[in-house]
Amino acid sequence: MDSQLLTYIFVGVSFALYIGIAIWSRAGSTKEFYVAGGGVSPLANGMATAADWMSAASFISMAGIISFMGYDGSVFLMGWTGGFVLLALLLAPYLRKFGKFTVPDFIGDRYYSKTARSVAVICALIVSFTYIAGQMRGVGVVFSRFLEVEIETGVIIGMIIVLFYAVLGGMKGITYTQVAQYCVLIFAFLVPAIFISFQATGNPIPMFGMGDTLTSQPDTFMLDKLDGLSEELGFSAYTEGSKDLIDVIAITLALMVGTAGLPHVIVRFFTVKRVKDARKSAGYALLFIGILYITAPAVASFGKLNLIETVSEKKYSEMPKWFTTWENLGLLAWIDKDSDGKIQYLGVAKDGGNALTGIPIFSENERGKNGERLVENPSSNKNELYVDRDIMVLANPEIADLPNWVIALVAAGCLAAALSTAAGLLLVISSSVSHDLIKKMIKPDISDKGELVAARLAAVAAVVVAGYFGINPPGFVAAVVALAFGLAAASFFPAIILGIFYKRMNKEGAIAGMVVGICLMLFYMLKFKFDFFGGGTSEDWWFGISPEGFGSVAMFVNFFVSIVISKFTPEPPLEVQEMVESVRIPAGVEEASDH
Amino acid sequence: MDKQTDNKQKHASAYWRENLKYLAILLPIWFFVSYGAGIIFKDWLDQFQIGGFNVGFWFAQQGSIYVFIILIFVYVRLMNKLDKKYGYDK
Repeated sequence: MDSQLLTYIFVGVSFALYIGIAIWSRAGSTKEFYVAGGGVSPLANGMATAADWMSAASFISMAGIISFMGYDGSVFLMGWTGGFVLLALLLAPYLRKFGKFTVPDFIGDRYYSKTARSVAVICALIVSFTYIAGQMRGVGVVFSRFLEVEIETGVIIGMIIVLFYAVLGGMKGITYTQVAQYCVLIFAFLVPAIFISFQATGNPIPMFGMGDTLTSQPDTFMLDKLDGLSEELGFSAYTEGSKDLIDVIAITLALMVGTAGLPHVIVRFFTVKRVKDARKSAGYALLFIGILYITAPAVASFGKLNLIETVSEKKYSEMPKWFTTWENLGLLAWIDKDSDGKIQYLGVAKDGGNALTGIPIFSENERGKNGERLVENPSSNKNELYVDRDIMVLANPEIADLPNWVIALVAAGCLAAALSTAAGLLLVISSSVSHDLIKKMIKPDISDKGELVAARLAAVAAVVVAGYFGINPPGFVAAVVALAFGLAAASFFPAIILGIFYKRMNKEGAIAGMVVGICLMLFYMLKFKFDFFGGGTSEDWWFGISPEGFGSVAMFVNFFVSIVISKFTPEPPLEVQEMVESVRIPAGVEEASDH
Repeated sequence: MDKQTDNKQKHASAYWRENLKYLAILLPIWFFVSYGAGIIFKDWLDQFQIGGFNVGFWFAQQGSIYVFIILIFVYVRLMNKLDKKYGYDK
């Protein structure tokens, strides 16, 4: 069967499954809508958390980024998994014991203040919208490639599907849908990885194959070969880094604390029954995430080796079909700068660099003399090949010449990853609006039914905004997502940690900390990423820290401001201090979660 | 404060102190395998090899993740035991 038909079948069947689950588990009360009724098993919750959290960026972009960055890409691997250790040890059990619906709920109650709650709501909305923008772009890319529709149409199909199960099922529907989505996405990620590893090294386990010798050259380790080839072409060695030590540390830390402060992840720990289940489900979540994360560096390195060996110094006319497929989609470009008909893929040390200036601009209908798409903005260096990072995972099965059904499976997996995260974020946005804004601040006497209607309406509105971002994408998937982590690190993390571990922490300190933290992060991000406030290049970075890593600086500033301000202002009321004490022990969850 | 609540509170603080003690053991390991082995001492560790992996590079891309998973499950076990010891597991 051809891959197009198979793709329709795989994607269609998986969507039918998700919608079926949503109908079966639709929410009837606000408790079911916000926290799935609070009775999800730790194993199911772990899987759902993994799917919720592994986004289009993890599935599609991460391996591609590592592939291009080599060792420097490790910040994503360590950062995004290390955060779960903080979540499990420092946040999850206590938030579960506290037992409400949302993160602003905790902040509002712990800091006995509507101002604190509003600040938290605003932070949750900023973080979630920044993050969801990346997801919708992912949905668009996948649909346009695999279903051969316009990106806009793809985004709209995605919106309708998410809308259906997020609005109908709430957290309950999302949770069980995400369990199914996890299974689809992990299977889709592992199958091609196993094939590729086996082809290259004879070892079917990708994470071990990565450290194995090549079948083509039995005395050469795969990574050594890759290091050698990279250096030969003028790139830095794959296993060596080129980033500054301080920036690597800052980015890793920002991603770790950002993970631990992401509202759509934290909220998952409200859905289990007991404190011990919250700890356990954090463990399962990392286990399930880890399976993908230790496979991704293998996919990255094999993909890179395959790419170099396929294209370097080869004739354009002899390129395999996938090359032209991706070229036609504008994700790959070749500019024959020296008119020899061969592809020169060169790094800086060989007078290479970026093959073109900025993103590729293709001429409409003209073709070059070898039949390649013409690019209107070539750069002056010798590198002739532009490869969009996002294609690494998507094109891998084709590069390795795998059967059609694997390609269809990867399409379904990508969509599962993007849709599950989008749904989780939608729920955070809708509950921030209906629960924290309407129920807790504007109209406290609203009925359970009325709140449920409000939650559904808010979800509809959020989908429309997210769809807008999908159609007008703000840049690279992972770059945008990385900034959402910085924002979460700068705002929530200190307020929650101090709320649990520092009894003396009061509302004045927490509010000041959150406001200063998120403003500082927003300022830095706008200045250095989007050219506001005079802009600036990497030479103007403070302490040599990139916008992606700046969340960790803003987090420290938040901690500092919070503690200093709290020293000069009255201590929190007695009942709040008692609440902190009760949150610290796991007994009596039933009463605590009796809403 | 009457005697019973006083005892209850002492009990709770003792539990909390032991919990903090576990964190003081586990979090440095978390720090060491990632920021230590994967970043700061990466270049030095890279002179050693496990199979085709330089050790520092391996910690950065795989090893730290294995350790993170183990850390959480160790914490889960320790805390479940602690809950039992203090009678908070009911």
